[in-house]
Amino acid sequence: MAEEVKLFRTWSSPYALRIVWALKLKGIEYETIFEDLTNKSPSLLQYNPIHGKVPVLVHDGKPVCESLVILEYVDETWKHNPLLPQDPYEKSMARFWANFGDDKLMKSIWQLFIAHEKDQDVAAVAALENLKLVEEQLKGKKFFHGETIGYLDLAFGWIANIVSILEEIMSLKLVDGERFPHLSSWIQHFMDAPVIRDCWPPRDKMIIKFQVMRENYLAPATPK
Amino acid sequence: MEETGGVKLLGFWVSPFAQRVKWALKLKGVQYEYIEEDIYNKSPLLSKLNPVYGMVPVLVHNGKPISESIIILEYIDEVWKQAPLLPQDPYERAQARFWAKFAEEKVRQSVWEAMCSSGEEKQKAVKSAVEAFEEFEKELKRRGTKFFGGETIGFVDIVAGCISYQLALHEEVGSIKILDSSKFPAISEWIKNFLNHPLINEGLPQKDQMFAYFSKRSKEIASQKMSHKTA
Repeated sequence: MAEEVKLFRTWSSPYALRIVWALKLKGIEYETIFEDLTNKSPSLLQYNPIHGKVPVLVHDGKPVCESLVILEYVDETWKHNPLLPQDPYEKSMARFWANFGDDKLMKSIWQLFIAHEKDQDVAAVAALENLKLVEEQLKGKKFFHGETIGYLDLAFGWIANIVSILEEIMSLKLVDGERFPHLSSWIQHFMDAPVIRDCWPPRDKMIIKFQVMRENYLAPATPK
Repeated sequence: MEETGGVKLLGFWVSPFAQRVKWALKLKGVQYEYIEEDIYNKSPLLSKLNPVYGMVPVLVHNGKPISESIIILEYIDEVWKQAPLLPQDPYERAQARFWAKFAEEKVRQSVWEAMCSSGEEKQKAVKSAVEAFEEFEKELKRRGTKFFGGETIGFVDIVAGCISYQLALHEEVGSIKILDSSKFPAISEWIKNFLNHPLINEGLPQKDQMFAYFSKRSKEIASQKMSHKTA
């Protein structure tokens, strides 16, 4: 019986990209449904009624939401080319760092991105400290789990894409080769990987999108 | 085959996060050494075992530390296979993980914020909490089972379980009302069933001590917020 796999995503969501990569790594055929989050489809609201967000993976009519939850579902359902390590301790470490990436690292980089000039130094300290922790995880490894791309590479994949875009807009280099040799090297390897590189959203469109977001955050500060 | 190697749990007496891990270990019959940490005066041990966050709980198994309560629960479930917390089926597991995240981020978190805030912020937090409870109520009703996990306590029950013994205190300290039993009959019934389990109810912190702690903490947090505003 043929399986039916659908992925609800937007053109730019880094969370949805994780699933695009995972499905590609596993060689799973699927249908893509692009959503406009300002005008959500009835299907999206039906499959993710609580959050109304992407990504949503729908497998034979059953929806799975939250990108890291979806990654684990994909890994447990299609067992070839495993994404997560087998060992329970290593698995815990992978989950820990993926959550760190979303909860701490992404937030601190975002805070720096939307900071007013006077707040930038303080925001940069936090972002750099968090990046350093990720740098340490890569010592002696090509990818986070070793020689091949896995769960944590997909979870951190947004670093390879979005950080350079934010750096360009801010005119500020965060992940430089001197301070972050392992992370810089990982970015290069990840971006060059055939499964990964064809999926990036158009860079010029991303720059415009994030530039507008930044302007919206910085604008209201001017006193009335 | 039993895993060799000691199991240690670093916790804090009132921490709902550490309580989750205690419940999981007890339900699986895993012997462990409990180490009480003063999170306001962190020991070198805690800083060494959880260098990133310096928080409890930390589970140490065979000398290796694991942090973050929900991650620890998954680890425990994978190492000790008796009394499974997560279902076997990948789709059901995904649902459990989704609802555990919801229970932590939307249910527990919003109650805490509602307790610790005031004015408009408090009203907003209470509204969020009630909305979260409504979703939780709907899902419990839809499942129609004694616990979230079925007829036995499971992953989501343990993650959400802190509300069973702390929610009423948060409501009292914060002068808020979230759990109206006439509006949330399924959750109210679930709380009763959950606390009825001897391993769940055993060794919970004293109510008056928790009340004093939450009163103190919510005042501290409120005054921190005021000093940020005036800074």
